[in-house]
Amino acid sequence: MAGFFHQNLSYFLSGISVGGQYALIAIGYTMVYGILRLINFAHGDVFMCAGLVMVYLSASLPFAVSVPLVLVFTVALGFLIERVAYKPLRSAPRMSVMISAIGVSYLLQNAALYFTGGLAKVYPEIPFLSRSVVIWDASTRVVTLVTPFLTVILVVLLTLLIKHTKIGMAMRAVSRDFETSQLMGIKINRVISITFMIGSFLAAVASLLYFTNYASVTPTSGSMPGLKAFVAAVFGGIGSIPGAVIGAFIIGICENIIKGGATIFGIPGSGWTTFSDAFTFAFLIVILVVKPTGLFGEKAVDKV
Amino acid sequence: MDREKRNHLIRIAAAIAVVYGVILILEFTLRPTSILFTVLRKGAIYSLVAVSMNLLNGFTGLFSLGQAGFMLIGAYTYAILTMPVSVKQSERVYKYYECIVGFDTGSLIGLIAAGLMAAFFAFLIGLPVLRLKSDYLAIATLGFAEIVRAIFQWDVLGPLTNGANLLREYKDLTRIYLPFTDIPFPPTLFVFIVAGVCILLIVLLINSSYGRAFKAIRDDETAAEAMGINLFRHKELSFVISSFFAGISGALLAMFQYTVQAQQFKTMMTYEILLIVVIGGIGSISGSCIASFLYIALSEWWLRGLDMGEFLGIAAPDLFRSGFRRLVFSVIIMVIVLFFSKGLMGDKELSYEHLKQKLSSLRKKRRASA
Amino acid sequence: MKELLRLENVTMQFGGVVAVNNLSMTVGEGEIVALIGPNGAGKTTAFNCITGVYEPTNGKIIYDGNTIIVNHPSGKMKRAYAGYEADMYLSEKTLNPTPDRITELGIARTFQNIRLFRSMTVFQNVLTAMHLRAKENVFSAVLRISWKEERQMEAETEKLLREQGLWELRDENATSLPYGLQRRLEIARALATRPHLLLLDEPAAGMNPQETQELAAFIREIKERYDLTVLMIEHHMDLVMTISDRIYVLDFGSLIAQGHPEEIQSNQRVIDAYLGVAEDV
Repeated sequence: MAGFFHQNLSYFLSGISVGGQYALIAIGYTMVYGILRLINFAHGDVFMCAGLVMVYLSASLPFAVSVPLVLVFTVALGFLIERVAYKPLRSAPRMSVMISAIGVSYLLQNAALYFTGGLAKVYPEIPFLSRSVVIWDASTRVVTLVTPFLTVILVVLLTLLIKHTKIGMAMRAVSRDFETSQLMGIKINRVISITFMIGSFLAAVASLLYFTNYASVTPTSGSMPGLKAFVAAVFGGIGSIPGAVIGAFIIGICENIIKGGATIFGIPGSGWTTFSDAFTFAFLIVILVVKPTGLFGEKAVDKV
Repeated sequence: MDREKRNHLIRIAAAIAVVYGVILILEFTLRPTSILFTVLRKGAIYSLVAVSMNLLNGFTGLFSLGQAGFMLIGAYTYAILTMPVSVKQSERVYKYYECIVGFDTGSLIGLIAAGLMAAFFAFLIGLPVLRLKSDYLAIATLGFAEIVRAIFQWDVLGPLTNGANLLREYKDLTRIYLPFTDIPFPPTLFVFIVAGVCILLIVLLINSSYGRAFKAIRDDETAAEAMGINLFRHKELSFVISSFFAGISGALLAMFQYTVQAQQFKTMMTYEILLIVVIGGIGSISGSCIASFLYIALSEWWLRGLDMGEFLGIAAPDLFRSGFRRLVFSVIIMVIVLFFSKGLMGDKELSYEHLKQKLSSLRKKRRASA
Repeated sequence: MKELLRLENVTMQFGGVVAVNNLSMTVGEGEIVALIGPNGAGKTTAFNCITGVYEPTNGKIIYDGNTIIVNHPSGKMKRAYAGYEADMYLSEKTLNPTPDRITELGIARTFQNIRLFRSMTVFQNVLTAMHLRAKENVFSAVLRISWKEERQMEAETEKLLREQGLWELRDENATSLPYGLQRRLEIARALATRPHLLLLDEPAAGMNPQETQELAAFIREIKERYDLTVLMIEHHMDLVMTISDRIYVLDFGSLIAQGHPEEIQSNQRVIDAYLGVAEDV
């Protein structure tokens, strides 16, 4: 076991790192779902846009300026999407809102395709994060080590926000019962906007970390991490932040072990590489069969 | 009442006969490479897959996003089955692998097998997923399509699927013949016949007792269940049938394109089909068909200029460059989703009465404005 | 009289809330039985247990001599269970059929807040409910091989609608009907599943005294015509008192009284719990 661990250490490390990045994206999904019961299909593309904007900004601006600008831009984008594409449909059937989300995703991807000309854009090397380090014979980058800590810090801050501030209380109330909290005088639209902004902020942070590792951005590079993060949210029990984080770490690690080349069922690791993406969905289907409410989800009883 | 119904049916039959007649005439008069044929064929294929998606999303109320995956299964099944043994044994297609399928079939059997294979996978995936809330169905089917894409590119399955490489030289549209002869079958007509029969079957299903049960589930699951409709069984039925036809449309797409590769069946494709359904009107078969032809005509033909530097006589190579067409498209789609959520047809069907009504209301408007 | 439906110690607990507490009751064949009680007493929950919408936490339901539902607390509920007779059904294999199975057995229902099929006409609403008894399979239905059966279903729908006085409105959208007619249509739809036992959840809700009287006659009529047994939840006391053979009274999930209308009218506990409140208004 220890041998296996040592042998695959670099994969474990990158698994934890990717897991942290998925976690940051997954929070955006899980919070929005908790409040609006909406799978925000565009969230992964917001993440991709943050990456692209960073590419363009850093071409002419120093990092100290472009990084905060990226954060601001992404938060604004999240806010805008909610206002334009979801708010007008608040009383429409849920399927319409999901379709609108898919429309936004389609729009963002096509916009990215147009502006990049379909070429992969090289992500800038952020000085500190991109540096290589060697731990226990495994060489990796600083970002790999920073990610899990940063993730945990952000999650703790977010949890504090939700538990101890007035807006956090409003969020909890809205996710419990949309109509009643509206009647209690909570400004629903404000709460929803803030939720989207928090989600987008975390996605922007994730994009800084993720693309530093992967080095290039394409118009579709948001959809896979987005879907995986959503699966992580389902695994943890949708609506639950700690659940999403734990789910994301598990998915990140498993995926990288599969990539890493352990021989499974007599097929050498290289044969499984194609499956590092598919694994997540196989995992999702297993969860849905075994425990559809996820790790920390509650069973809802429909009133008749 | 009955007479009206009969007249209605006669009118529909006549309209369909006219369409097929025109296709046949076009086949013999136009150049075979005409863009019109591309639009007609692809439009018919997309009509079928859009209608199959509408059966699920519009008539049964199940939000499924697996269409591309089922099309992929259908396309591969068809290509592998109908590729002649001689091609499989040569190294023209299976360069790196030895094909393990030692037989080939006719295109009709290939088409049906394509549908059945997709239906079989739908049955398996439906077992766990259809018992859950519909949101999970959306994400699970989307995920399923991704798994399928990965599996078909997996080199371990290379002897079957040719790995990530192309499949070609199967019985595509140039290699089909009239039964018992070696006279080539008019390709556009072939696509129209297959897609037409499939859509007709779906329409018959929707207007049957089962179709009513599907609509009941869409309207109110609790009430449907209280009326003795087994939710799971009917959802599974709708899902399997929809996937069957998605599989056939995938096979048609493979025939149309002459080559097939797993890479092409991405989530984006499902999104496009969904958006076609939305444009046509969720719950309208004729809407889905009209929207398909419109969508294909726009993207393959009328809006080409947006990608090529010149559109409607305006030359602006900096603005009208590759990808602009799709950007314009997505904006139009967002406008439809947000402001015209009923789409072209709402949940109504195209009919003589409907057209008459539309025309007279238009005339009234014009009179009012004048 | 033959017993058609029997509830034994049925308890329904949501989290810590006991909505129905140890309810036992019987409905004899051909009877009209009313289940009454103040708002929130657990009447509709009891209905939902009988029709399979909820799995009761504990207890047994017998229909026409066969056990159709039986359950005992398990999992987390084992510790949280706050009702009676927790061990009584431990040895029995739990049985929780889905609502459609219950309907198939011959128990049909209406809903407190009307649930018609929104997109359908009056005619289609009733026709859809015939699907349950159709013998055709999906192939024969699509290829119209079973068109004779389809015709027959349409004829039966016509018959049913004529009897309910809804035939003239057959092409109207179901939800555009006035409230009283919507309730009547819901009953017609339930009858289309060919039930022996009909559960009516507040059939007179929102009706004026005139309409309520008509409803009483209507319920009696369909009971005779279709050879039904009726179990209903109702708040209109005059309706309950005129047509019920027997009455069960629920309060806070528990049965507090049962008997003939006269007995219930003079029962002090019922007056305290229920009628007393009504008189204050």
